[in-house]
Amino acid sequence: MNRAIRRVGIGVTVLVLLLVAQLTYLQVYDADNLANDPRNIRAALRDFTRPRGKIVTADGQILARSVETGDELKFQRLYPSGPLFSQLVGYQSFVFGNLGIERTYNNELAGRDPLLQIRNVGDVLAGKEPIGNVVLSVSAGLQAAARDALGNQRGSVVVMNPKTGSILAMYSNPSYDPQPYAGHNSKDVQAYNQLLRANPDKPDLPRAYRERYPPGSTFKVLTTSVALGLGLVTPETNFPTLSQLTLPQTSSTLKNFGGESCGGTLARSFQQSCNTTFGQIGLDLGDQFPPGLEQFGIYSAPPLDISPGAAESTGPPPGSFQQNKPNFAFAGIGQGDVFVTPLEMALATSGVANNGQIMQPHVGERITDGDDNSVKSIDPKAWRTAMSPQVAETVKTLMVSVVEGGTGQAARIPGVSVAGKTGTAQNETGAPHAWFVGFAPADDPQVAVAVIVEHGGDVGSEATGGKVAAPIAATMMRTVLGR
Amino acid sequence: MSVVTRTWRRNAELSLGLLAVVITGSGYVLLALSEGPALPANLWFFLGVLIGLYVVAHIAMRALAPRADATLLPLAALLNGIGFVTITRIDRDATDQLAPSQAVWTAVGVLAFIGTLFVVRRVALLERYRYTFLFFGIVALLLPLVPGVGREINGARLWVRLGPINFQPGEVAKVLLVVFLAGYLVDKREVLARGVRQIGRLRLPAAKHLGPLFLAWGFSLVVMIRQKDLGSSLLFFAVFAVMLYIATERTAFLLAGGVLFVAGAVIGYALFGHVQDRVSVWADPWASGEAQGFQIVQSMFALGTGGFAGTGLGLGRPNIIPNAATDFVFSAIGEELGLLGTAAVVVGFLLFVGAGYRIAVQADRPFPKLFAAGLTSIIGIQTFIIIGGVTRLIPLTGITLPFVSYGGSSLIANFVVLALLLRISDETAERAAGRAARPAAVSRR
Repeated sequence: MNRAIRRVGIGVTVLVLLLVAQLTYLQVYDADNLANDPRNIRAALRDFTRPRGKIVTADGQILARSVETGDELKFQRLYPSGPLFSQLVGYQSFVFGNLGIERTYNNELAGRDPLLQIRNVGDVLAGKEPIGNVVLSVSAGLQAAARDALGNQRGSVVVMNPKTGSILAMYSNPSYDPQPYAGHNSKDVQAYNQLLRANPDKPDLPRAYRERYPPGSTFKVLTTSVALGLGLVTPETNFPTLSQLTLPQTSSTLKNFGGESCGGTLARSFQQSCNTTFGQIGLDLGDQFPPGLEQFGIYSAPPLDISPGAAESTGPPPGSFQQNKPNFAFAGIGQGDVFVTPLEMALATSGVANNGQIMQPHVGERITDGDDNSVKSIDPKAWRTAMSPQVAETVKTLMVSVVEGGTGQAARIPGVSVAGKTGTAQNETGAPHAWFVGFAPADDPQVAVAVIVEHGGDVGSEATGGKVAAPIAATMMRTVLGR
Repeated sequence: MSVVTRTWRRNAELSLGLLAVVITGSGYVLLALSEGPALPANLWFFLGVLIGLYVVAHIAMRALAPRADATLLPLAALLNGIGFVTITRIDRDATDQLAPSQAVWTAVGVLAFIGTLFVVRRVALLERYRYTFLFFGIVALLLPLVPGVGREINGARLWVRLGPINFQPGEVAKVLLVVFLAGYLVDKREVLARGVRQIGRLRLPAAKHLGPLFLAWGFSLVVMIRQKDLGSSLLFFAVFAVMLYIATERTAFLLAGGVLFVAGAVIGYALFGHVQDRVSVWADPWASGEAQGFQIVQSMFALGTGGFAGTGLGLGRPNIIPNAATDFVFSAIGEELGLLGTAAVVVGFLLFVGAGYRIAVQADRPFPKLFAAGLTSIIGIQTFIIIGGVTRLIPLTGITLPFVSYGGSSLIANFVVLALLLRISDETAERAAGRAARPAAVSRR
């Protein structure tokens, strides 16, 4: 029997080796996939049952903090600022996972960042768990100012530092309260989510970086920059005075605002926002137009540090000029296939303000540890080179003239030279959107803004960017500059 | 075997056992430290009981089986200790407290261990009463089916209520049936082995000698169908087939066993929903990850989250898996101790099984030889079935991990198996020592 027993012994050993092989597969080879599978709630539970850092504004207001609860999850997130910051901060939800800054900076907040792990022996023995706080570049005062300036009107305000890419305020109306998402009763959380999803006003949509609008005449900043960069035009280039532009390949025409006649030099056309001139430039640029827009970050998503990230803006399809020439004329005035996020317009404007360099937008400024010591700061990084410093200087001069004597005079600030551009963008869903983009002071830009008021807001079909959006932008710039 | 060797074996057993105690005690302390910087309040009581139980078992060995193998008892202590620490860990996040009763059951198991060593002084005694054991084994197996006595828990009808205690007689039945089978096969093995028919190059057992195999097969089917206990069913059948093969040394029986197994599996799959469920969940657990596949999916998540080194004792989430203390105790170990921990447990079982088969090989008489091989096969195959199940190597069938899982019936049965293996080992060594002491007997040959 011994031979058979030995064989059985070998057989059992082979079975054990199979087990070891399978264990190695599960615990080494496939371990990362299994550990990070979204259906594996262990990672989420780990974050829910331990302390979590705060999210704080630049001016010290707490936007998110954790309190201990008696239940199984041990901690709950509190969002004292409610709807004011929900579209930036997001939420930490046991049911829906994390969103916004809560998701982007999850490792830092949960104390898993290696920099936060270095602690002294005393903390370890005292059972003090590492946490990290996220300090934002956004200020609560400015954010509230943006909310108040918009009032009941739907729209977005983006305020940023053009030199660093730091977002100073980013608000869109309507918004929502994130607090119910942090609840521990999954039925209540799901009911709240359904309620929000069913709301036709889409309060859970962060319009400032996730919604695309036709930019209208504010886009002429980009059209002009591209044409100047290619040497196609100078500010003195003359354009015919027209009331409408005849378009190739179609019987329809491109009309000026209110059907008036305009034209003359590029500088004059820019100040008066003359559509026929920029429609013509769009046609003249042709297939050179999309690569120029690409340099502004159109066609791609800006690297914003708010999950799930910014939406990408669109322009006329590259290489499609011969198929659809009118589309390029309309693109010249920010219509047609051009759809942009308010954030992208703020970035493009920042490019003009910052000598042609667009910085990476970010709301996180630095990370501090449990004792509020800084452990890491988010350094400014370049994103795109939109134009040369010379072109930027020329465009800046054109934009200053808009505020000083053109369509954007409502954005004037006494004693400060303001650069800007208005837009009144036609769309398929209602009255035109009122836009304003700008920065100040023109000679040493500290603040860049983009404002959109959907469908003209309270003024409705009579609205223009100069009338409705420019005053909001002025308020924001004045607040930043302390004027 | 000399007195020196005998003493050496027991001393090795004692020091190896202390190593197991140190590992278990360290685990217990580490577990407490994961909650805060304080030693467990009952640490000294715990260590006292732990050392006490081991020393009692060890003294019993010195008195009742002094020449027996030195590694089996420490290995059982280690596996049992790792299991106990894991159950304590699971208790911390659960409302049901299982560790106290596991401690009591372990003590009862050690008593059963000593009792077995004391009562079974000669394994030949068991051989003589094999049909009695068959009778009790069958009674034990069928007891849960008797109305009023049997109880269904978690969809399987395996339990018998004895006063306040729920007992799984199947655990004991498997030992009783191995006693019978060893006796029966030793008696009939020559007839069975001769009855192999040669057809071409293929050697098949003659139909009339397939009787016992068919009996075992039918038995397993009854268990599977009536009690919905696929794990035990598979275990019975595999152990029977292996013992038949060892007794006859005819591969043909192993092949015939394989054919019958496939037939049984196909019949089971065709007729029973619970068999189909197990197979479809095994094939694609993700499809029903929130329902039938939940356990196995969570088990794999636990093992994957543990990774190579584990989350650390007390720092994982083993309670997400239902039945973490019984069927899925291995996954709980894998989450917190990682591949290092699971590999250690698997190697522990490999050493145990290796020692068991060595005892079988060394045994000088047919009955103890086959009996030891059968007992060892119970442990080895049961380990493979449950670990293979929770790692999705094979379809999951609920069964305990010997010595590690929570469960009184299982612990007691495993301690009895351990005692019987050591008894066989001691007996073999004693006879060998007897022969060595009488060299004249050798020279006469």
